[in-house]
Amino acid sequence: MEKILMKGNEAFAEAAMRGGAGYYFGYPITPQNEIPEYMSHELEKTGGAFIQAESELAAVNMAYGAAAAGGRAFISSSSPGLALMQEGISFMCSVEVPVVILNVSRGGPGVGGIQPGQADYMQATRGGGNGDYHVPVYAPSTIQEAIDMICSAYDVADRYRNPVMVLADGMMGQMMEPVVLPPARKASTYEEIRRDKPWSLTGKGDREERNVLKSLRLQPDVLEEHVMHLFEKYDRMEKELVKYETFGNMDSEIIFVAFGTMSRLVAESIEILAERGISAGMIRPITLWPFPVKPFEELSPSTKVVISAELSMGQLIADVKASVNGRVPVRLINRVGGIVPSSIEIADRAQKHLEELA
Amino acid sequence: MKQVFAVTRGMLPADTSYCPGCTHGVAHRLIMECLDEMGELENTIAVSPIGCSIVAHQYMNIDMCESAHGRAPAVASGIRRVHPDKTVFTYQGDGDLASIGMGEIIHAAHRGEKFTTFFINNAIYGMTGGQMAPTTLLGQKATTAIYGRQKEKAGSPLRICEMLSTVEGAVYVERVALNSPANVRKAKKAIRNALEVQKRGLGFSFVEMLSSCPTNWGKTPYDALQWIQDAMIPYYPLGVFRKPEDM
Amino acid sequence: MKTRMFFAGSGGQGILLMGQLIAKAAMYEGKEVTFMPSYGPEMRGGTANCTVIVSDSTINCPLINEADVLIVMNQPSLIKFEGMVAAGGKVIINTSLIEARPGRDDIECVEVDANGKAVELGNEKTANMIMLGAIVASTGVVGFDSIDHVLQTVFTGDKARFLPLNEKAVRVYA
Repeated sequence: MEKILMKGNEAFAEAAMRGGAGYYFGYPITPQNEIPEYMSHELEKTGGAFIQAESELAAVNMAYGAAAAGGRAFISSSSPGLALMQEGISFMCSVEVPVVILNVSRGGPGVGGIQPGQADYMQATRGGGNGDYHVPVYAPSTIQEAIDMICSAYDVADRYRNPVMVLADGMMGQMMEPVVLPPARKASTYEEIRRDKPWSLTGKGDREERNVLKSLRLQPDVLEEHVMHLFEKYDRMEKELVKYETFGNMDSEIIFVAFGTMSRLVAESIEILAERGISAGMIRPITLWPFPVKPFEELSPSTKVVISAELSMGQLIADVKASVNGRVPVRLINRVGGIVPSSIEIADRAQKHLEELA
Repeated sequence: MKQVFAVTRGMLPADTSYCPGCTHGVAHRLIMECLDEMGELENTIAVSPIGCSIVAHQYMNIDMCESAHGRAPAVASGIRRVHPDKTVFTYQGDGDLASIGMGEIIHAAHRGEKFTTFFINNAIYGMTGGQMAPTTLLGQKATTAIYGRQKEKAGSPLRICEMLSTVEGAVYVERVALNSPANVRKAKKAIRNALEVQKRGLGFSFVEMLSSCPTNWGKTPYDALQWIQDAMIPYYPLGVFRKPEDM
Repeated sequence: MKTRMFFAGSGGQGILLMGQLIAKAAMYEGKEVTFMPSYGPEMRGGTANCTVIVSDSTINCPLINEADVLIVMNQPSLIKFEGMVAAGGKVIINTSLIEARPGRDDIECVEVDANGKAVELGNEKTANMIMLGAIVASTGVVGFDSIDHVLQTVFTGDKARFLPLNEKAVRVYA
C-alpha cells in the first residue's frame, strides 16, 4: 500500500469519508478548520453532502437528522465547539442513533487557546451533556491510528446504535505523518439503508409500521426502563470495546499512564529515564471510555509510583486512581494552557516523584 | 347513506392529548390531508421538537422523529441530505421556533432548504405552562409577565413571516389562522402550496398558523378563537408574504 | 539513525515547504518521518518554523528537545534558535539575509547564499530550493534523486512549468 504524507486534520477527514461518512456538518474552529475545508470540496465527489452549519449546535443536530435518516454522518470540532454539541450528543444517545464525532481538542476553559489540550477528558468520558449516558471514546496517538479508529468507529456506532467519539488534539491535527489510507467503502443505497437500518426514517413506504424516533418519556417507569436498556448496552461496550497497550518495562518502579499526544512524549521520556538507569513503563489507554482497568489490576509488585501524565489539571488521574485503588501512590505530571511539556521535563519530574517516595 | 367526510388515514385513530379548544388537532389534520391528497404519506419524514408539538408523532401516521428544543430545522436539513426525494417537514411552536430555535430557522431559510416548516403561533409557551413567548402580544398576560407583556421590559412581539420574507431562500411564506371555517380552508390551501413548492424543489417553504391556547390564555375555546380574530390578526396580518412567480 | 531538523525563518520564505519536501523525500526512501509545524502565535508574529524528524525506526515523539540540524533563513531565527542545536550538530544559515554567525564552537556552520544565488538564477523565490539543495548536500539526510522525485510529484498541473527552475535551484549547492 502506498504511503502518503498527510496533515492530521486532512487525514481525519479522508478517513471519515473512506469509512463511509456521506454527510459532514461543521462550523469553523481552530485547530480543526482543515476538516470542514477538506469536506467542502471532497465529500460531494463521493455523492455525499456537506453543510457549513450556522453553529456547532446546528451541526450536531444536522448529524442527528442524517443519522436518523440512516446515513453515516461525521462531525468534528474543537473543545468549545464540543461543549455546544453536548445537547445533541445526549439526545442522540437517548434516541440511539449512530454518528462519529471528532474532537481536535485545545486548551480551556472558556475560549482558552488554540494549542493542544486534554482537558476535555471528563467531558468526553463522563458524558458532557445531561442525563445518564456514555459514548465510547477513542484516543489515537498517531495519525495512522486515528485513521484506522475513525473508520472502525462507524462499525462500533452502527453496532450499538450509539454515537462514538474520537478524541485527538491540536498537535495531531496540525502535524504530518506518512499514512496508508484504507480502501473507500461504498455509501449505502436507499434499499440498503432500509434493509440494514430498519429503524431509520426513510419514509414509511411499504413498511408495515411507520418508524418513530423519540427521546421524550414522561412516565418515570417508562424512562427508567429505557435508561436500563441503554445501560445494558453500555455494559456490553465495557466488556467488548476496552483497548489499551503497554510500553516499556511493566515491572518498573515507575509506571506512566498517558493517552494521545502525551503518550508519545512519555515514550521518549521512558528512553531518557533508561539512559539515567531508571526503568519505566507506560499504560496507554486507547479507549478512554470504557477505561482499561485490567492493566492496573496487573501492576507489578515492584511498581512504586503510577504517574498520570496529561495536558489538564488532573482529569485522567481520576480514572487512574480509581483503577489503582490505593495499592500504589498515584502522582500527576501535567502542563496546561496549550503548553506541551518536553520529554526531559516529564523525565525529571518523574524521577523526582520516585525519589520523594523512596 | 353517502359518506361526506372521513378522517384521513394520515391521522392515527387516537384521541389527542391536546387541551379542549386547542387548534393543534386542526393543524395536524390539514397537513395530513394534504399529504394524503398528494399521495405523499408513505414518502414523508417529519420532525417535531420540544413543545406541545413534540407528541405530534402520536397522531401523524408517518415516519417521524423528535428533536431537541428549537433544532428541528437543523435535523430536517440532515434528513434532507440523505433523502433528497422525500417530503420533509418540521412542525414547531412559537417558543421553539421564534426563541430558542431562531438561529436554526433563519439559517434553514437562508440555505434555501427544500423542506417545509409549519409554525404554530399561539403567542405563549404551552407545554411548560403559559410563559411569555417572543410572540406574546403587548399587554397579554403570561406566567412570566403577570401584569401583561411590557414593551420596555420585553420588547415587542416578533413577526416571523415578515422577518423570513427578507430571506432570499424562503420562497413561500404565508400566515394563516385556524379560528374560523373560512380561515381553516385558506390554511389548507397554504399548506398545500408550501408542500408543492417543496416538491418542485424551489426552496424553503413556511406556513405560520395563528392558533389558540385556551388553557394558558385563560379563555373558553370559543373566546380563544375570537381573540385570534380580535387581538392576534391585527398584529399578525394574514396573507402570502412570498410565493413563486408562477403561483 | 535519527536526524532531528528544525527549520526557521519568516512567513513567505517557504519554510514549511522545505520541511515538507525533506519529509516526503525521506518517506519515499522508506524512512520514518514526522513533520510538525508551529501553529498559532508564532505564525501570526510573522515567523514560521517546523520540526522534521527522519529516522530508520519508529518515531515516538514528534517534538524535539534539541536539533541535529538547524536551518535558519533570517537573522532573528539564528539568534532565537542557535541554542537548540545539539553539540556536534549543524546550523545551515542563509548568509544573504544573516550577517551574524553562531557564537558556539561546538557546532558546524554551513553558509548558503540562498537569496543571492536565487537572484542569479533569475527568481528570488527559489531561495528556499537553493537552501533545500544545500541541506541535502551537507547532511545527506535524503538523496538528490529522492528530492527530484518529490519535486516531480509537487510541481504538476499548472505548476509543472516551475519544475525546471526548481530542479536547477536544488542543484546549485549539489
